Amino acid sequence: MEAEIVYIVLAALFGIFMAWGIGANDVANAMATSVGSRALTIRQAIVVAAIFEFLGAVLAGGAVTTTIRKGIVDADLLVGSPELLIYGMLASLLAAGTWLLIASRNGWPVSTTHSIVGAIVGFAAVGIGTDAVQWGQVGTIVMSWIVSPLTAGFIAYLIYQSVLRLILRQEDPLANAKRYVPAYMFLAAFTITLVTILKGLTHVGLDISLRDSYLLAIAIAGGIALIGALAIRRIQPDPKAEKAQHFYTVERVFGVLMIVTACGMAFAHGSNDVANAIGPVAAVVGVARTGEIAATSALPIWVLVLGGAGIVIGLATFGRHVIATVGKRITQLTPSRGFAAELAAATTIVIASGTGIPISTTHTLVGAVLGVGLARGIEAIDLRVVGRILVSWVVTIPAGAFLAIVFYFIFRAVLP
Amino acid sequence: MANTLANIFGKSPVRPLEKHIEIAHRCARQLPAFFAAAISGDWDKASAVRGEIESLEHKADDLKKKIRLNLPKSLFMPVPREDLLELLLVQDKIANRAKDVSGVVLGRKLQIPAAIAEQFLEFVDRNVDATKQARKSVRELDELFTTGFRGAEVDLVSGMIEELDRIETDTDDKQAALRGALYEIEKSLDPIDAMFMYQVIELTGEIADMAERVGRRLELLLS
Repeated sequence: MEAEIVYIVLAALFGIFMAWGIGANDVANAMATSVGSRALTIRQAIVVAAIFEFLGAVLAGGAVTTTIRKGIVDADLLVGSPELLIYGMLASLLAAGTWLLIASRNGWPVSTTHSIVGAIVGFAAVGIGTDAVQWGQVGTIVMSWIVSPLTAGFIAYLIYQSVLRLILRQEDPLANAKRYVPAYMFLAAFTITLVTILKGLTHVGLDISLRDSYLLAIAIAGGIALIGALAIRRIQPDPKAEKAQHFYTVERVFGVLMIVTACGMAFAHGSNDVANAIGPVAAVVGVARTGEIAATSALPIWVLVLGGAGIVIGLATFGRHVIATVGKRITQLTPSRGFAAELAAATTIVIASGTGIPISTTHTLVGAVLGVGLARGIEAIDLRVVGRILVSWVVTIPAGAFLAIVFYFIFRAVLP
Repeated sequence: MANTLANIFGKSPVRPLEKHIEIAHRCARQLPAFFAAAISGDWDKASAVRGEIESLEHKADDLKKKIRLNLPKSLFMPVPREDLLELLLVQDKIANRAKDVSGVVLGRKLQIPAAIAEQFLEFVDRNVDATKQARKSVRELDELFTTGFRGAEVDLVSGMIEELDRIETDTDDKQAALRGALYEIEKSLDPIDAMFMYQVIELTGEIADMAERVGRRLELLLS
């Protein structure tokens, strides 16, 4: 049984390293939108991110974790030799972590999700055999990588168009902002809580009926909208600042809304991305503890907590710096634009999380920003970088796969 | 380390364009003091003001180059890149004309005839009014971007451009009257000075013309 402890410790170490990397890097994208638009200070952003990333990971991260853990590799083929799955998952974690390190050193816009999925597919296809890959599921995941940025972009386009029509183009934008912004808050809180309750909570052992789910979501969203409306009412126009920028006070109203969408974004991010770190860990732990591949074994909550904690530590150590840097670069995302992007991305991500599909949160957010841009909302978008994102997308999967194969054979030779 | 999200944002040209018209206007705004000094024969003072105009014009030039470099073809913007570059170009010409006209006067120590001095200063002031109105209109660019170039904000800017047109028409009238007055007294002047005086009036009037073209360019963005 000694070897099993080695496996679990190694997996936990690799997993927490990966979670740390996600916290230090990816979370910045989720939070920088709010910092860049000055809706939150960096300190507030870190507190919001810490709380909601953790909640997202624990409350709604279960389905994606399960997919990474046992949705990609066909466990039936490994019944005779469960240790192969352990080597493979350890190799995948190490491969994805290494690739992310190389990529971020070189400034390539790669995605954590693409790396880990590429790695798992790689080790399974080459290390075990192409039959070991559940190609149908992998196909769905890869399709979702195309669909999710498009969906987020489309939603963001619609939201921003509605903001333009209902508020910004009106004679009295401030009065209209005060009227409609609580409705957007309700919409944001309602969608995210509803999807979480319907799809996420079963993994935590809570089972709520459909009717109660809707009522609960309406109650939570109503409460948030009410608090928001009260906060908005207290905002008074600042004539001096408005002389330079007519939308100064209007943007402050949107700033309150953005606090809500920032929480939603952090929650969504935690619900999807934490699985990249802990999905493989959960797989290793599951096999090591029982000594066999049990397709039905439950996901230990402590693994989710481990991932959430790793993200928060990464956020507290390096994330602060990254958020500040990114926040300074994206000042074009004023609260009225930023919330549209965040709300669209968060909704898309939470739905994907509920369905158990690992998607790239950053690329989804990029899609949402492009959607706002198409609605004539962004002053300047550099299409070269959008092109580079597409290229990195294609490169990451084979790169992750190749590294995972190398590590897999090393582990198989070295580990007991 | 580069960040995916941060990198998709190109440098927004909006604030720099607003800053550029500010400098161009400040350049033109030196002209009343310059001509007042020239008329009173205080060439030291005139030369000092001209130095200020020149340094402002350089600043406008530098900013123009910087904006151009930050507007690569790969940028996706709500308005055509060419329109913004054209706007920048005419904004820059305001500063250029201010530099040109002050250069001609200082270079020749051109004496503006006392008979038309007051009328001339009024004409200069009106040209500066035009650049001020152009600045006011361009300052609305960020609000226009916020509203996606539609709605109430567009009406506001259209109103500003109409006012700019009225000021420019006024400078045209003043320019014609001034030329008439100069014609009356040109026989009493040194012929070469008289010729240059016509040129100075022409160049000064172009400042309001450029301001008006700034309005035209803005209007194109609204359509």
